[in-house]
Amino acid sequence: MSPDKIDAILDRYDRNPAQLIPILQDVQAAENYLPREALEAISEKLDIPLVRLYSVATFYKAFSLDPRGKHIIQVCMGTACHVRGAPRILDKMIRDLGVQPGKTTKDMAFTLETVNCLGACALGPIVVVDGEYHGQMTSPKWDKIYKTLKKAEG
Amino acid sequence: MRRVNSQQELEALREEIRKARDPNQALVTICTGTGCHAYGCMNIVSAFKREIEKAGLSGKVGIRTTGCHGFCERGPLVVIYPKRIFYQRVQMDDVAEIVNETLKNDKIIDRLLYTHPMTEEVAIFEPDVPFYGLQKRIIFGNNGLIDPTSLEDYLSIGGYAAFAKALFSMKPEEVVEEVKKSGLRGRGGGGFPTGRKWESCRNAKGDKKYVICNADEGDPGAYMDRSLLEGNPHSVLEGMLIGAYAIGSDEGYIYVRNEYPLAVKHAEIAIAALKEAGLLGDNILGSGFSFDIHINRGGGAFVCGESTALVASIEGRVGEPRSKYIHLSESGLWGKPTNLNNVETWANVPVIIDKGADWYSQIGTEGSKGTKIFSLVGKVNNTGLVEVPMGITLREIIFDIGGGVPGGKKFKAVQTGGPSGGCIPESLIDMPVDFDKLKEVGSMMGSGGMIVMDETTCMVDVAKYFVDFLKGESCGKCTPCREGLLRMSQILADITEGRGREGDIELLEELGVVMKDASLCGLGQTAPNPVLSTIKYFRDEYEAHIKEKRCPAGVCKALITYEIDPDKCTGCGACKRNCPVDCISGEKKEPHTIDQSKCIKCGTCKDVCKFDAVTVK
Repeated sequence: MSPDKIDAILDRYDRNPAQLIPILQDVQAAENYLPREALEAISEKLDIPLVRLYSVATFYKAFSLDPRGKHIIQVCMGTACHVRGAPRILDKMIRDLGVQPGKTTKDMAFTLETVNCLGACALGPIVVVDGEYHGQMTSPKWDKIYKTLKKAEG
Repeated sequence: MRRVNSQQELEALREEIRKARDPNQALVTICTGTGCHAYGCMNIVSAFKREIEKAGLSGKVGIRTTGCHGFCERGPLVVIYPKRIFYQRVQMDDVAEIVNETLKNDKIIDRLLYTHPMTEEVAIFEPDVPFYGLQKRIIFGNNGLIDPTSLEDYLSIGGYAAFAKALFSMKPEEVVEEVKKSGLRGRGGGGFPTGRKWESCRNAKGDKKYVICNADEGDPGAYMDRSLLEGNPHSVLEGMLIGAYAIGSDEGYIYVRNEYPLAVKHAEIAIAALKEAGLLGDNILGSGFSFDIHINRGGGAFVCGESTALVASIEGRVGEPRSKYIHLSESGLWGKPTNLNNVETWANVPVIIDKGADWYSQIGTEGSKGTKIFSLVGKVNNTGLVEVPMGITLREIIFDIGGGVPGGKKFKAVQTGGPSGGCIPESLIDMPVDFDKLKEVGSMMGSGGMIVMDETTCMVDVAKYFVDFLKGESCGKCTPCREGLLRMSQILADITEGRGREGDIELLEELGVVMKDASLCGLGQTAPNPVLSTIKYFRDEYEAHIKEKRCPAGVCKALITYEIDPDKCTGCGACKRNCPVDCISGEKKEPHTIDQSKCIKCGTCKDVCKFDAVTVK
């Protein structure tokens, strides 16, 4: 992340250290994760110890210290989805993608994530692929989605 | 919108808006809440625009995109005013027909009407749908009437009249008194009397005071706060304005989950519109009262729903709670007196001021006044958001409004209160629902999640689900919560994976009591509820797992086997093709069998079987 971009984000919040969480959210939105260089730069510019940035970045679920994949696959693990079979769908995705939740495939194509509740419980179990909702998920339905995604990736 | 500088100008503007609207004009309202969004309602909206123009009805028929109507199960929802014709599960292909038949020729399309799954009764108009008819929607009902991004719409239904009434005809103390008299209790979980909370913040020493709206709705399976903030942000903002006036605050925050982008957007639009109209900012309506609101997006931590953790998070710190021997009302945000209420609580305030505490307190029970919005989800026919008077029975909510359990399965339990709540068994289904009753039976109101479970839900698995959820969300600051949850999770893993031992149940109970007594904040203090309540009401299921190594509901992987019923199997080969470990064999058109030594119990065969031949034992 370029120093200009970081400055622009910091200026948006008047370089106020109390606005740390929104600042990190904007960095995450721009880069899809929090690059180490960006955290070091923010630490220096706002005069906040790097360890405090690290503690905030690792405390909140919205932040990732690792680069994320091209496609983000989120599986809702809310209670309604749970009783409707979300864990079995997740197991299948783990098998298909070969990564655990929170991790990215080696080719950087897919990141598998779990979310607590998306509030679309009528459609559970629900899976969100790159922001698009897919409701009443079943293994055959996921197979189709995964095939299409893989095809697009070549 | 033009700026209004006094109460008279506000009322004049409202009259102008109302006069410009013809209540008899045909109006298509389309639900664009998150559920309907997921169904693709935005395509339906564009299709309506296109078809209405094509039919030459532009200018004669209005289109309004509204917030969540609540009946998510049947989305996308379309309601046609003035008659309130109710069409459900509307698809793209239906739009042209609705325009040409219903809007042009006043004909009802039977196919799109709601039919009750049990009585087979058909409802044409929205109020006749039992899901709505049995509710009392004083807070949530306006969602369907207004475009959440339009301040004009909110003003047209009487918006900000309650605020103006408080500001110009009531002293701040009188507002506090009215809220106290209404009996309103916090809708976020604990149920603390709102008026008393306001009073202690008002009486706290200090010139600078803050009000906060807690929109960090973290309970999995609860989404009423999101739907309110998304669908009617002004009702929440009006509540905050009234509260700020009563307490003596000039600055407020909305702390909202980052996972709710639409709620953030709508709140931002609403705040900008208020500032433009002079209803937010300096010297509001020329009264001398000033108030400003900021939006703060959460970072995705369940514990931040706890008030002191939330305050830490707004201050840019890690969201760890502190002990509350000093209340937020004395020392909260930046060390100043702070009053925090949740979204639904704030949205109740304008109704109380508008209609009066006497009217409001007629609704509900002795100790719990007003209505409560529940999100009715899980194994229930009519998934959605329901607003009901306090004191209604669980049976009425789940069966009369919710339409019962799908697929003819047997109702087993209902879980209320999110991860802090408990499971209530069938034997208590005629119990009236209010703050105190729920607590009595070992659960709690929480924010109002209501997850219905049937005979295929394993109660030990449910307890484990909540414990694992909380284990991940525990901030780790205090030992009883951090270590207690870890141990509970390990014990429950043993039980569900066939390694349960005699004495495990008693150990869980003992741990639970310690966590309740010794944890620092509400998260840890209530964390054992899902475990203790399932042990209390479903001890036999725990014992079946431990003593017989059997999961009666057929959920816990280690304790079940998948088998193929040779009488039902047609030998189509679908299971064989889809099995990820190739453990199914059989000739075409002959019954297939599963090699149990290789089976990983993923359940794919059961999912793909069209003949219901795969059984779980």
